[in-house]
Amino acid sequence: MSTSTPIEIPGVFTEQGYNTEDMVVNIGPQHPSTHGVLRLVTTLNGEVVKAMEPVIGYLHRSKEKMAESRSYFQYQPTLDRVEYLSSFFDHYVYVAAIEKISNLKVPKRVDYIRMITMELNRISSHLLWFGTFLLDLGATSPLFYAFREREEIFKLFEDVTGARMMYNYYRFGGVNADLPPGWLDDCRAFIKTMPKIIDEYEAIVTKNPIILDRTVGIGIIDYELCMKYGVTGPSLRAAGIDQDLRKTNSYLCYDEISFEVPLGKHGDVFDRYTVRMAEMRESCKIIEQCLDKIPGGDTQHILNKQAEVDAAKKRAKQNGEDPKAVPGIDPDWLTQGQKVNLMTYKPAVGEANVVCESPRGMLGCYLISDGTPKAYRVKWRGASFSNLSVLPETMIGNLYPDLMAIFGSLDVILPEVDR
Amino acid sequence: MANAPVLNYPAWLPEILDVVPQLLGVSINWSDYSVLLTIGWAVLAFTLIAIVAKASVVFMVLMERKVLAWLTQRVGPNRVGPWGLLQTLADGIKLLFKEDIMSKGSDKFLFTLGPAVFFTPTFIFFALLPFTDSMLAVALPAGALFVFAISSISVVGMVLSGWGSNNKYSLLGGMRSAAQAISYEVPLVLAVLAVVLFTGTMNIADIVRGQTGPFWNWYGFVLTPISFFIFFISALAEVNRIPFDLPEAESELVSGYNTEYTGMKFALFFLAEYAALFAMSGFITAFFAGGYFSPTGNYLIEYLTKTPYQDLTGIFQLVVQVEMLFWFLAKTYFFIFLAMWIRATLPRLKPDQLMGFSWKFLIPLSLVNIFVIALGKFFIAPGGIENIGDQAILSSPGVWITWAMWVGFAVGVYGLFFWFSSNSLNQKLEMRLVRR
Repeated sequence: MSTSTPIEIPGVFTEQGYNTEDMVVNIGPQHPSTHGVLRLVTTLNGEVVKAMEPVIGYLHRSKEKMAESRSYFQYQPTLDRVEYLSSFFDHYVYVAAIEKISNLKVPKRVDYIRMITMELNRISSHLLWFGTFLLDLGATSPLFYAFREREEIFKLFEDVTGARMMYNYYRFGGVNADLPPGWLDDCRAFIKTMPKIIDEYEAIVTKNPIILDRTVGIGIIDYELCMKYGVTGPSLRAAGIDQDLRKTNSYLCYDEISFEVPLGKHGDVFDRYTVRMAEMRESCKIIEQCLDKIPGGDTQHILNKQAEVDAAKKRAKQNGEDPKAVPGIDPDWLTQGQKVNLMTYKPAVGEANVVCESPRGMLGCYLISDGTPKAYRVKWRGASFSNLSVLPETMIGNLYPDLMAIFGSLDVILPEVDR
Repeated sequence: MANAPVLNYPAWLPEILDVVPQLLGVSINWSDYSVLLTIGWAVLAFTLIAIVAKASVVFMVLMERKVLAWLTQRVGPNRVGPWGLLQTLADGIKLLFKEDIMSKGSDKFLFTLGPAVFFTPTFIFFALLPFTDSMLAVALPAGALFVFAISSISVVGMVLSGWGSNNKYSLLGGMRSAAQAISYEVPLVLAVLAVVLFTGTMNIADIVRGQTGPFWNWYGFVLTPISFFIFFISALAEVNRIPFDLPEAESELVSGYNTEYTGMKFALFFLAEYAALFAMSGFITAFFAGGYFSPTGNYLIEYLTKTPYQDLTGIFQLVVQVEMLFWFLAKTYFFIFLAMWIRATLPRLKPDQLMGFSWKFLIPLSLVNIFVIALGKFFIAPGGIENIGDQAILSSPGVWITWAMWVGFAVGVYGLFFWFSSNSLNQKLEMRLVRR
């Protein structure tokens, strides 16, 4: 009978030395750097992360179920609240899915307006990421500099949509209203200054030795991890994988625009940083080309079109003319020829899956329509969920402060995770 | 001079006090009351200094907020009082009236003891700061040693409050602060050791006195610039300013060791941090930036009256004292401003990088620095402090040649260090360049 095996009691001396216990820390749901309500149950050995489990759902608002009890138009404003930093993208995939089902034709000007607003939104989203990422690393000033330019973009958005954050601007087959006069010049003036401002950001951040120490070689998410968890967007491109839906799917008019897809090499935090900074420059290029190429023409959505026709018929009736002689809506606009009221708009029966390249990665909307004013089913594919799920595997073995660098670099937004 | 007595009082004090007896027609031999005068002066000076300290902390909080606001294109506090001057006062009143919350499961005794242990040493610093040549509460012969002995105590307060809070973030913050203090006191002391070695005294008043003359006689300028840099960096770490604010890293540990504190207990931490920043800037000024001496070497009153400082009497000496105070505070606030500027610019280090920076870079550098200073002392000023303020020492050509050799050696060694560090940085970056 061997008596040499030591009895291990946690917290006392053993033959190996002092027996220590791991500490379980609940990071969140209320924590300065979880960007919302994420809870990370983290097991720490000293400052080294041994295990991590994200707990999500604190902000679940049943966005998908809501679509089934509201008309298509009523559901649209709630999309702004899903991913509030880049809501143009959510609106685009939703609207584009309906357009795809109903086979609505969209004027070219609308395509360009959507591209300009979405790319501006990409810049503003990346700017907020830039500020908060560095705030997580402990640098306070970049946040304020980033918000200065974000404010400029918000002013542009306010002129177009009337709102600074909750835009609700796209409509089935068009946009809510045409660009206000002079807006294109304002936009061009802003886009001209933006690359210089990004140079300024990089001057104080990119070559900073502390930033390099904290980001280079930290939190490597390579090809295998990306495939395993479905990581998309800048985090995927930082791993050196040339995958950008704007190039591969060329939705809207991206095939008419020349731009590069910035790629990283190693997939570490620093690469994710540089890829996003380069993406802002590319977005500036895209917007500049869009501003040159944007055609004139119609941007009216179906409701306004119908209202115009109704008004013309009323006018004709008042003038004693035959209202039936007034030309109706261009048949290209509508497939089924029914009278369109946006509140009770019924797409054709069918289903569509539309994806686009949002600032965080692949954003998808899968919509099934049964011909009623309410959607049968709406399924969202948010990039943040997949990007967040890669965090525990990346974090294991890293130090606790690396969590802020890695999590910050993934650019996760919690309302999109929980939906 | 090197053995200045602990008990002293300024020469002009009896002259001013003598006004009343002279009016009454009584003659008093003040030298009979020297012990009383010394104690009285110490109490008076320390009271003055304590008021200066409190006022400076209140001003510094506003200054920090204003400076950070300007550096980030904001306005800063401007609602309470003219130019936001009363903002800190209003914050203080708010903190006084806040409920004092002690969380369940916290160690009540240690929780209460922590802020007190943290707070007290930072105000003892002020007794050792030479604001002017006489506005100095105690001129300890081993003042420089005492400063660092005291500064280690406040870390105990952080660890106590981190442990007593029953909060995991606080615990991590307390542990980090202990590790940080151990790492950064070594280069801090080694940096001052170079100065002490050069001057041959640990009395802070004498160290300042050794820097008489224009600004190139200040230790931080020509003689020990590397000590100055090491001391400045380590002082930032010692008072937990931003590249080294790990114990209270707000994005990681919520607020670190003071997460659970409210009301006046939190205010004690807050006050102590700013008081420590002021004191450390004061010590930088005293050790490296000529203390209360004006950059030209002469005070304004000396230009006006065309008499040297030593020959001035009575009220003129008081005016000089005010000017000394002005120079001391101006230099101190310059270093405080530098700390704020750095806070607005740099991100935070990780704990392992923090330790690595201290043990792998600062400590070897300070050892090399001490070696270089020892060589310099051997060749230039073997006599210690008596020879340093002397103008004659700088006039001999042989000394200049030795000086040049020493500077060349120093630049070589230091340059090698910086070249290595910057080279590795560039390599790191080149490996990671991303196609734009």
